[in-house]
Amino acid sequence: MPASLIRAKSRPGRRGYTLPAPDVPEVPPEKILPEGALRKERPDLPEVDEPTVVRHYTNLSRENWGIDTNFYPLGSCTMKHNPRANEAAAAIPGFARLHPLQPEEQVQGALELMHRLAAFLSEVSGFPAVSLAPLAGAQGELTSILMIRKYFEDAGDEGRTTVLIPATAHGTNPATAAMAGFKAVEIGLDERGCVDVGELEEKVDETTAALMITNPNTCGVYERNIEEIASILHRSGAFLYMDGANMNANLGRMRPSDAGADIMHFNLHKTFSTPHGGGGPGSGAIACSERLAPFRPDPVVEERDGTYRLVRPEKSIGRVGAFHGNFGQMVRAWSYIRMHGPDLKEVSDLAVLNANYVRARLKGTYDSPYEGPCKHEVVVQPPKGVKALDVAKGLIDRGFHPPTIYFPLVVKEALLIEPTETESKETLDDFVGAMLEIAQDERLEEAPTHAPVRRVDEARAARRLKARW
Amino acid sequence: MNVPQDLKYTRTHEWVRIEGDIATIGITDHAQDELGDVVFVDLPEVGTSLSPGDSFGSVESVKAVSDLYSPLGGEITEVNSSLEESPEKINEDPYGEGWIIRLRYSGEAELLSPEDYQRLLEEEQ
Repeated sequence: MPASLIRAKSRPGRRGYTLPAPDVPEVPPEKILPEGALRKERPDLPEVDEPTVVRHYTNLSRENWGIDTNFYPLGSCTMKHNPRANEAAAAIPGFARLHPLQPEEQVQGALELMHRLAAFLSEVSGFPAVSLAPLAGAQGELTSILMIRKYFEDAGDEGRTTVLIPATAHGTNPATAAMAGFKAVEIGLDERGCVDVGELEEKVDETTAALMITNPNTCGVYERNIEEIASILHRSGAFLYMDGANMNANLGRMRPSDAGADIMHFNLHKTFSTPHGGGGPGSGAIACSERLAPFRPDPVVEERDGTYRLVRPEKSIGRVGAFHGNFGQMVRAWSYIRMHGPDLKEVSDLAVLNANYVRARLKGTYDSPYEGPCKHEVVVQPPKGVKALDVAKGLIDRGFHPPTIYFPLVVKEALLIEPTETESKETLDDFVGAMLEIAQDERLEEAPTHAPVRRVDEARAARRLKARW
Repeated sequence: MNVPQDLKYTRTHEWVRIEGDIATIGITDHAQDELGDVVFVDLPEVGTSLSPGDSFGSVESVKAVSDLYSPLGGEITEVNSSLEESPEKINEDPYGEGWIIRLRYSGEAELLSPEDYQRLLEEEQ
């Protein structure tokens, strides 16, 4: 049964807590507040006792479906296990209770952690310069493209007006290009699901500022022509930006800088296992070449003679957030990287192995649009006559969070499965078992039958959005 | 899938009804079925000039947002503004009340016959 709203449990006069009598003289609000700040009516708040509040929210929380309760194969956005050691590190009072306006000399430890994390990201990406300022992956994208724009402005190259976007891009990529003032131009795919190099060569010209590539791409396929793609762009004076949302497949195995990229963003909140998706905030650190380094957002951490300082890069695009980035996420990411040390590459190895295990076991029942091994996620299509949406609903009945569906857009009825590195063979077998069973289920259109909410009217939900009551 | 014999089609699943120098354009029954429930249509302004292949708007469904491409060049004379309130008309009646724009077209364009379009659908299956 869906839970009722707490308002339905409200009874006039019922209280959870009573404030003690004030020990200072009472002042009528109208004496100290301007009229515009005064309510005309009392707020219509629910009136409930404390046990009712606790039970209401505890029961609601039991309806939650997340990585701590179930397998969560959410392709394209790594919902991975969050090691509790990360949480312990982020909760250390010396980190958790800092104020962003504290003077630098009082927060040397925090600045040192940021400096060291930047060094780790530099090592992982191969780029000499890092900024931890962006507050989420999409903001990291925007920051990167704004830096590229400023680079061309600074160089007096006014004609760079377009950004090329492969058909497998994340939806945020064309949005980023448009927000940064560029025209987004799509590049098609070859038969293997990779960027069509011939089409790229035709479309690159003196108006191209950058290509935004995700590697491995959103079909789970490694862009095997990445170095050629980079050289085509560089020949025309344009940059190669790499969307690092899929870095989970690359750690310790591929460095974007070595592959010819000029700038990238990380999703610390995905690749380095910090809570995300209805949980914690994001963190979209960027890494870039020497040429782009002066344009990084303000601030970056610099070390001189053992002292850490926040500085503004010489030609900075300015600030992209109120303070220095989402610091708690930096602590978690740093902790995760330190825990793995030189074995960080095993994260990617296991993620890729798990995705390929799922791919191999589904083969024969679910189609794969692209042959060959995948990276850390695999895109499959349901058998004829079955819709991806029905598979998703069937998974809910069988105790699994559905993967991403209908993305990437270039694959019909796409199911994008990303098992992540921490799942056991038994979990993957259970999931595959459910997927195979669903393919035979003749009553799938009725699913979910065991969830608190059954099929929702998505068209009505999108068109008659009721965001308040 | 319904492919009316009196219309022309594009490879990107738009249909065209030509009456004199006015072309009415919408998306096909197959396109609406692939998209699922349509929740929003981004319509262009009347008076906009289009070249063949230009994107003139988009259709958003519960599954995806898809661009609309003009099969012909010309100037938009009318848009189906009732779709702003009732985008579901595209699902219910794609060749009738679900039409999207009318344009005064200029020049010829390569359009598919109903037979060719039917063949394209079979190939895509």
